[in-house]
Amino acid sequence: MAEKKEYKVIGTRPIRHDGVDKVTGRALYGADFQMTGLLHGRVLRSPHAHARIISIDTSRAEAYPGVKGVVTAQDLPEAEDRVADLGEGAVNLKYLCDNILASDKVLYKGHAVAAVAATSPHIAEEACTLIDVEYEVLPPVLEVRQAMEADAPLLHESLKTTSMGEAADEPSNVASHIQHKLGDPEKGFAEADIVVERDFVTGTVHQGYIEPHNATAHFNQDGQLTIWCSTQGAFTVREQVAEILQYPISKIKVVPMEIGGGFGGKISVYIKPVAALLAKKTGKPVKVLMNRADVFEGTGPTPASYVRVKMGATKDGKITAAEAYLAFEAGAYPGAPVGPGAMCIFAPYSIENVVIDGYDVVVNKPKTAPYRAPGAPNAAFGSESVVDEIAEKLDIDPLEIRLLNGAKEGDRRADGPIHPRIGCIETLETAKAHPHYTAPNGKKHHGRGVASGYWFNIGLESSVTINVNSDGTINLIEGSTDIGGTRSSIAMQAAEVLGIPAESVNPSVVDTNSVGYTAVTGGSRTTYATGYAAYEAAQDVKRKMSARAAKLWEVDEDNVQFADGEFSCINGKEEQISFRDLCARLGETGGPVVGSGTVNPGGAGGAYATHVVDVAVDEETGKVEILRYTAVQDAGKAIHPSYVEGQIQGGAVQGIGWALNEEYIYDDEGTMTNASFLDYRMPTCLDLPMIDAVIVEVPNPGHPYGVRGVGEVPIVPPMAAIANAIYDAIGVRMTELPMSPDRLLKAMGKI
Amino acid sequence: MQDFSYVSAKTVPEAVALLDENGEKARILAGGTDLIVNIREGRRDVGLVVDVKSIPEVNVLNYDANTGLTLGAAVECYKTYAVDAICDAYPGLIDATKIIGGTAIQGRAGVGGNLCNASPAADCIPPLIVLNATCVIAGPNGERELPVEQFCTAPGQTALEKGEMLVSLKIPAPASNSSSFYLRFIPRNEMDIAVVGAGASVTLDAAKQTIVSARIALAAVAPTPLFAEDASASLAGREVSDAAIDDAARAAQAIARPISDMRGTAEQRTHLVGVLTRRALNGAIQRVRDAA
Repeated sequence: MAEKKEYKVIGTRPIRHDGVDKVTGRALYGADFQMTGLLHGRVLRSPHAHARIISIDTSRAEAYPGVKGVVTAQDLPEAEDRVADLGEGAVNLKYLCDNILASDKVLYKGHAVAAVAATSPHIAEEACTLIDVEYEVLPPVLEVRQAMEADAPLLHESLKTTSMGEAADEPSNVASHIQHKLGDPEKGFAEADIVVERDFVTGTVHQGYIEPHNATAHFNQDGQLTIWCSTQGAFTVREQVAEILQYPISKIKVVPMEIGGGFGGKISVYIKPVAALLAKKTGKPVKVLMNRADVFEGTGPTPASYVRVKMGATKDGKITAAEAYLAFEAGAYPGAPVGPGAMCIFAPYSIENVVIDGYDVVVNKPKTAPYRAPGAPNAAFGSESVVDEIAEKLDIDPLEIRLLNGAKEGDRRADGPIHPRIGCIETLETAKAHPHYTAPNGKKHHGRGVASGYWFNIGLESSVTINVNSDGTINLIEGSTDIGGTRSSIAMQAAEVLGIPAESVNPSVVDTNSVGYTAVTGGSRTTYATGYAAYEAAQDVKRKMSARAAKLWEVDEDNVQFADGEFSCINGKEEQISFRDLCARLGETGGPVVGSGTVNPGGAGGAYATHVVDVAVDEETGKVEILRYTAVQDAGKAIHPSYVEGQIQGGAVQGIGWALNEEYIYDDEGTMTNASFLDYRMPTCLDLPMIDAVIVEVPNPGHPYGVRGVGEVPIVPPMAAIANAIYDAIGVRMTELPMSPDRLLKAMGKI
Repeated sequence: MQDFSYVSAKTVPEAVALLDENGEKARILAGGTDLIVNIREGRRDVGLVVDVKSIPEVNVLNYDANTGLTLGAAVECYKTYAVDAICDAYPGLIDATKIIGGTAIQGRAGVGGNLCNASPAADCIPPLIVLNATCVIAGPNGERELPVEQFCTAPGQTALEKGEMLVSLKIPAPASNSSSFYLRFIPRNEMDIAVVGAGASVTLDAAKQTIVSARIALAAVAPTPLFAEDASASLAGREVSDAAIDDAARAAQAIARPISDMRGTAEQRTHLVGVLTRRALNGAIQRVRDAA
């Protein structure tokens, strides 16, 4: 299948199709949306982290001049306690609805309680202060281990632990327990000459996308609901809104506006159903925008976690056994990404004896949402720190021990799957030979660290339609939100098939009425799966165009060959016509040509990354400076290398933020005290060196061009790589994230 | 956000009359980088915004090598570092005006506004204290002056009485063989509020070996920025040495009474007072020694 070969379009770096509109400010985002008669919505949020709602009185708000409608959970259809399959995983409908507007209890500070539509945003905001909510405040539980204790306050009286398929009798905050086991861990540890076991704690962190959530909803007179919004998947918005409002999907059209970042956080819906409810109640279009505090407090971050990792190795560095205990905070409702964490934690290694236990635990924080390789970074922080410690104790180079134990084709992951062709070893070898790794590192308080990471990537459904234009260009219609340059990476795959330049493809991301079903932009699937659909659609166009050439030359279709953008006749006739020229003759050969491709591919190849980082630690203040950063990653085949590099750099930077300063800081009552970009400290450009992105290409056999998803794995290694570098610099092992200056001062015994 | 009235005052008496009439409900707009945010976020209940940017006295920026600096209360940060003589005379103040917000914010925000906002973490206030700045205040009963270290009374609270406004700041001309320095600790390299800030000014003898006098001030370790009086006094007459600087740093730590919040813990802040005091003093001394 996919072997290394020469391409004309793939691997080049054309200007992205949406670039000019974005850099000149013409691209339209959800907040830009305007409509005659538009009302403005505002959500009232809970001031308490845990409370029972005794009563909600909206009468004063409704009487306020300019207010056109107020909604609460009473306006939602009665939610059944059943599981709905929403394409991106099964969701309990009652939980989904309660997270949109709380019915009986509020489970986190910022939980939506009611919403107002008014003639101006200021009136809507004022009216929210006139909604009288009586609460019975309950003690909050804010930390996973505390939530797992027998006497912890319960969030859901009806939630019982499901342990490997069996439900417990007593209610608990532990929603589920999973276990993966491979080989005989006890025997493996007995064979080890050295065993290292450490505890790790990670903080709650947010994706930090620049654009807050937004939604405008409008019901036509005939009951057609249209929602204009920022989302990673218009079809999943349609599904979620249909389930929440109990409204047919055929009557809902979702129009994806441009998106200002998502990183997984714009898959779940929050204000979209609320805008729809307000639109229904008022009969007017209603726009709801979040501000930054709403985003931090009312949308899903990725979980805080407690992770315990134990690994054993022989004297010569062979890892004989590994054990992990992963307890993840789900937030208010079950659904922490502990499953993916368990899938990824030991995946860079070939280990015969493994046991992994995972726990999904509810706490009084916002329900977690996906964030770039959800679950894997929490887990890898533990495992990659322990591998580093084993290497240090055995006096083996940290990349050497990874190479010695590196995962290869045919190895089995602890959760079951057997690795197809993967690029783990190749990324390690590339990192080891990189001038960064071979450069001297000897200054006082400077340190170097490395870590690896894995993400499995996903496939799922995608649809692409190609309309051929008479001037030799094509219009490519797709349903994947373009977050990181995927219009181009998808268009380039169609261009490669048809032998035309990338610039001859006009890609459009369209609404749910205008393209076949397409799953979310997530799981690093878009260039892989929607690209695959574009490949198939282009093949369809090629076949149909060949038939037109055959018609033109009055030969059988079998006698037409297509190469390098030229159709030619192979039965002796000296006929040849370019794709472009044939496009001009479609009318006379049977009318327009439209190609389509739909896929649900199973061969999303997993991605590996190895990062190398140099840090300087200010011993007096505990501040860590990132001096140099190299991120090596297997991309399978980089369709547009610039955007692959961009993904690698972005993932590394988000990991640096997670490692050093980002966290939700809570007071005892469960209020986040840093719900702004001022105090939720994401790295700025002044905090970072240029991230050197190094692409390795081990083609994925599951894709015609060998593509592997690239967006997620680069956030997996940074935390451990930086922790290992800090250890190298000052001799202190940091086991809690973020490794902020105060924690470093404590660890160094300065305070 | 609630509706509010807006008046652009053209004279000090006009502004004072409006403030006197409207009391707590009236707020002065200069740069607006704190005020507008506070109104929008509902942190201040404001009925009247009095824009003072059209009043000549609050826009004065005048430096004289003999008499010193008059800095109008609405002069934007960027204007302070656009004048070389001011940069040379008061480097500690410039350290602060260059790190408040980004370039765009420095085009609106000013030293006077930073002072009147009375944040315990305000970057401009420690340099003003160590540079012996005086506040010129106008009110219904005329003008008065106040040492800057007495201006802030609590977080967001100042010594301004009903109807009073800050017109300008006066900073004396620097003595020979003197300099100043300000730094803050932030976990990132921009976009942060000081976890701790420390300013220092020193005057050395002609040989640049002995400290004639020094002033130290701290931010973000008490309800108001602090003048570290004992720490400052401890340096007078001492030879420049690590021991002298360590003693001053310890004395500065002794007056810090920080809280723990989302920006840092109390223990971290107390520790940092020592680190930053040493670095501020060494920075100021180095500047004296580097000067021709």
